[in-house]
Amino acid sequence: MGHYVPHTDSEIAAMLADIGLSSLDELFDVVPAALRLTGGLGMADGLSEPDVLAEMERYSERNRVGADLVCFAGAGAYDHEVPSATKRLMMRTEFVTAYTPYQPEVAQGVLQALFEYQTMVARLSGLAVANASLYDGASALVEAVNLAVAETRRPTVWVSGGVHPHWRAALATLAAGTGHRIVEIPLRDGVTDWDSAPDGETPGAVVVANPNYLGVIEDLAPARAAADRHAALLLGGFDPVAAGLLRSPGADGADVAFGEGQPFGTPLSLGGPYLGLFACRLDLVRRLPGRLVGRTVDVEGRPAYVTTLRAREQDIRREKASSNVCTNQTLIAVGAMIQLAWLGTAGLRELALRCARGTRYAREAVLAIPGVAPLTGGPVLREFAVKLPVDPAVAVDRMAEEGFLAGVPVGLRDGVTVAPDDPAGERGLLVAVTERRTRTEIDAYAAALEKVVR
Amino acid sequence: MSDNTTGTNTAAATSTAETGDTSVHSMDGTSLGDVTGVEGHRPAPGGKATSVPLLGRDAEPAIFEMSSPGRHAHSFRTTQVPEWSAEELVPAGHLRPEPLALTEVSERDLVAHVTRLTHRQYSVDLGAYPLGSCTMKYNPKLCDDAAALPGLIGAHPAAPASCTQGWMELLCDLSDALCEVTGMHAVTLQPPAGAAGELTGLLLMRAYHAAQGSTRTKVIIPDSAHGTNPASVTLGGYQTVTVPSDERGLVDLDALRARLDTDVAGIMLTNPNTLGLFEEDIAEIAAAVHEVGGLLYYDGANLNAILGVTRPGDMGFDIVHMNLHKTFAVPHGGGGPGAGPVAVSQRLAEYLPGPLPQREEDGSFTWRTPEQSIGRVHTWHGNSLALARAWSYILANGGDGLRRVAEGAVLNANWLRHALRGTYDLPYDRPNMHEFVASTTSLKKGKGLRALDVGKRLLEEGFHAPTVYFPLIVDEALMIEPTETESPQTLAALADALIDIAADEEGAWKAAPRTTPVGRVDEARAARTLIPTWDALDGQP
Ligand SMILES: Cc1ncc(COP(=O)(O)O)c(C=O)c1O
Repeated sequence: MGHYVPHTDSEIAAMLADIGLSSLDELFDVVPAALRLTGGLGMADGLSEPDVLAEMERYSERNRVGADLVCFAGAGAYDHEVPSATKRLMMRTEFVTAYTPYQPEVAQGVLQALFEYQTMVARLSGLAVANASLYDGASALVEAVNLAVAETRRPTVWVSGGVHPHWRAALATLAAGTGHRIVEIPLRDGVTDWDSAPDGETPGAVVVANPNYLGVIEDLAPARAAADRHAALLLGGFDPVAAGLLRSPGADGADVAFGEGQPFGTPLSLGGPYLGLFACRLDLVRRLPGRLVGRTVDVEGRPAYVTTLRAREQDIRREKASSNVCTNQTLIAVGAMIQLAWLGTAGLRELALRCARGTRYAREAVLAIPGVAPLTGGPVLREFAVKLPVDPAVAVDRMAEEGFLAGVPVGLRDGVTVAPDDPAGERGLLVAVTERRTRTEIDAYAAALEKVVR
Repeated sequence: MSDNTTGTNTAAATSTAETGDTSVHSMDGTSLGDVTGVEGHRPAPGGKATSVPLLGRDAEPAIFEMSSPGRHAHSFRTTQVPEWSAEELVPAGHLRPEPLALTEVSERDLVAHVTRLTHRQYSVDLGAYPLGSCTMKYNPKLCDDAAALPGLIGAHPAAPASCTQGWMELLCDLSDALCEVTGMHAVTLQPPAGAAGELTGLLLMRAYHAAQGSTRTKVIIPDSAHGTNPASVTLGGYQTVTVPSDERGLVDLDALRARLDTDVAGIMLTNPNTLGLFEEDIAEIAAAVHEVGGLLYYDGANLNAILGVTRPGDMGFDIVHMNLHKTFAVPHGGGGPGAGPVAVSQRLAEYLPGPLPQREEDGSFTWRTPEQSIGRVHTWHGNSLALARAWSYILANGGDGLRRVAEGAVLNANWLRHALRGTYDLPYDRPNMHEFVASTTSLKKGKGLRALDVGKRLLEEGFHAPTVYFPLIVDEALMIEPTETESPQTLAALADALIDIAADEEGAWKAAPRTTPVGRVDEARAARTLIPTWDALDGQP
């Protein structure tokens, strides 16, 4: 097929004649014959659009979602409402089909939307400056660590075992290249035990998440104190929904804040595209990764927006750049800005409150089930972890038969949280309740869980 | 041809009137003009956007300026969950002292604000976007619908495999197709963009060499490479060694050989390269790099040019990243999200990030993490919806359609280069692939016309600017990539516009652009007086 190449046969012939060729194959004469693919790609021919859609529907129908599998899973990916206004506006093709704003005179739409997004992320994090997005929570953590190591010139990083295990996994993967030394600090009673941090190498960065992976609210003060003892930077992971109720990382002393912005306007989508939130103190701005939009004026003195401090970036600094980010997650960032404006000042607080209420209600119901106990101590806000009398992965499978996504299996090995598919250590189930879950759903969930763990 | 429907270009209209010739004025002797539409009229260019009425000359207020205390847009589901207070739910000392101020606007005002912002934004859906290296092709609307299906957007990434079989099958099918297109053995879909793919590839290179017990320190890149390449090399723990391009615009083979030794971990190449030229010596390059034990990395930004024609795997590459947001029509979203899968040859497959979707003999799908995996590079499974879009695009095109894509892209770029010959400098005036690099060096010397000015003037003519000042090895570079989805009429109109700009003796470019929502933006001031948020504006003029 090739539905999207508009040329007619006679146009192709005319164009070839214009450039002195007689066949399309001749366009590829520069490719050595030995390298040319003979017989074409080993793939089916193209389909009509309705046939493609039918095929895509077939994949879609083979997933269990929505009312068929009522979602109580979180772990960094939450089933929040996406209102019609956000959905529709995110489909505006002026946003969808634009490139990175290299020509600001015709990109004021994206640039201003990003400026508004940066403002909101800065306020959420309690820091002065936010970038125009990173890929996801993991990449935001990685970039925060890279910034801190570059700033302090010390490659040792203390990371709380309560930071999302997949984010820590990505950090470990990328540390193979940067040579950073990652030291994981265990949790005790659900919160990071900074006193157990090793002597020896002085860290350049101290990393904590609040709430942590198990949903527990952490005090940033001990982490700040640990950072101060070593003149390290404090990198504070935050949940932007919880931020509606909790003190911001900036207010609690974080130098850099990082997080996952999926809750604002982005459906679960098997985990992507999501949104890496990144903010830092103003004096660190010259090490800020990725794009940054600034407000300025045009030749006539009118307000205008443009990507700025470009000299930090890979296309100019090349091998000396501290980040390689080029394409980011702009459309998702614009969606988050729209969603946050739709929520508004009162709505963000209300959203956080509703999540916290549902979580309290569900937690009480689940803990009332015989044999179920909290996995750790510590206050929670919008997610909680419990020990079950059966293997949590088995419980999740059985609950799926009952029509629920029961949560995410979690584990603690030596006090450090492990990935859902890691069978190690002390096991539990992490349960998240968003503003979408009704009392009826929560009651039915608890009843089903009681049945399957019996 | 008195009623020529194109009529927007004075020069073209004049030449037509004088000569009675229907050909496009930008190319003497062109036969394109003989291709006529209904009733003998030449079709109007579909990709020229000068008709767009961008209303008014005012700035759009920031969303924060529209705030009115007490106003709101939100509305929440009725849940019957008990209404505990914030004080009951949050331990004292952790509660935010006062609500976080965002903005207080109605849904109507929010929608109007954002819609007005979209009216201040150029996009592929508006007109041609010949931004070199970025492959700004048309993004089929079909793919939007395909990626919005409820079973795809509703799936939780940590749901058990039994609940996401459809997604896993899709990812397996896409993986197979990407391996076929690149001629590679296995692929990870996790990297969320090209640069992330590069870094993943370099870490794979590291893991491979480490397993061979070798500690190599250098990676070679050409001087024409994209900035993400050297930046990724550094993050991968390697030193960048630059190899110059020769007078053909290709890797200087002798210079490369002089840089090769057993300390070289590999080479990163874009083929066709960033000049739009096919690296004809690729087989020799591959042999030379492999001879010292190095690996070949393929930056797939320019894969569009060779779909179904030749494959990186057949050229000898070991690691390949693709930009699905270029080649496979995932829309750029104003700067992302994209997707940068990395495909590898058999000897590197066991190092890929996991988990990978895997097809079992009974037709079910499981996740598998390779034995010696370098580990995760994304929180979940990559930019999944972007992957689904790309797969729907591949299904619609098929093997035959993808080859047509490459043909269209290369035909358009070569035609346009011919059309501009004699007007702009063409430092590498030889058969190109999907893009080419022109330069205004002579025009700058002659009348001060810079690449930047051409870009700004082109905006007034209803087109997006080409990429300017890249690759770095060309002075006053204009990197032009028309893509296969622009019609010959649009190409002709674009050529006309570029030729007119170059012919201007009055210097109209100095004030350009004048028809856009804002005029030239003061970038120096933006950097000097940094205003990155609305709150930083306080006290600023
Ligand atoms: C040649 C080349 N390499 C790499 C990249 C980086 O890709 P991405 O922006 O997806 O990270 C680009 C994108 O602009 C490119 O043009």
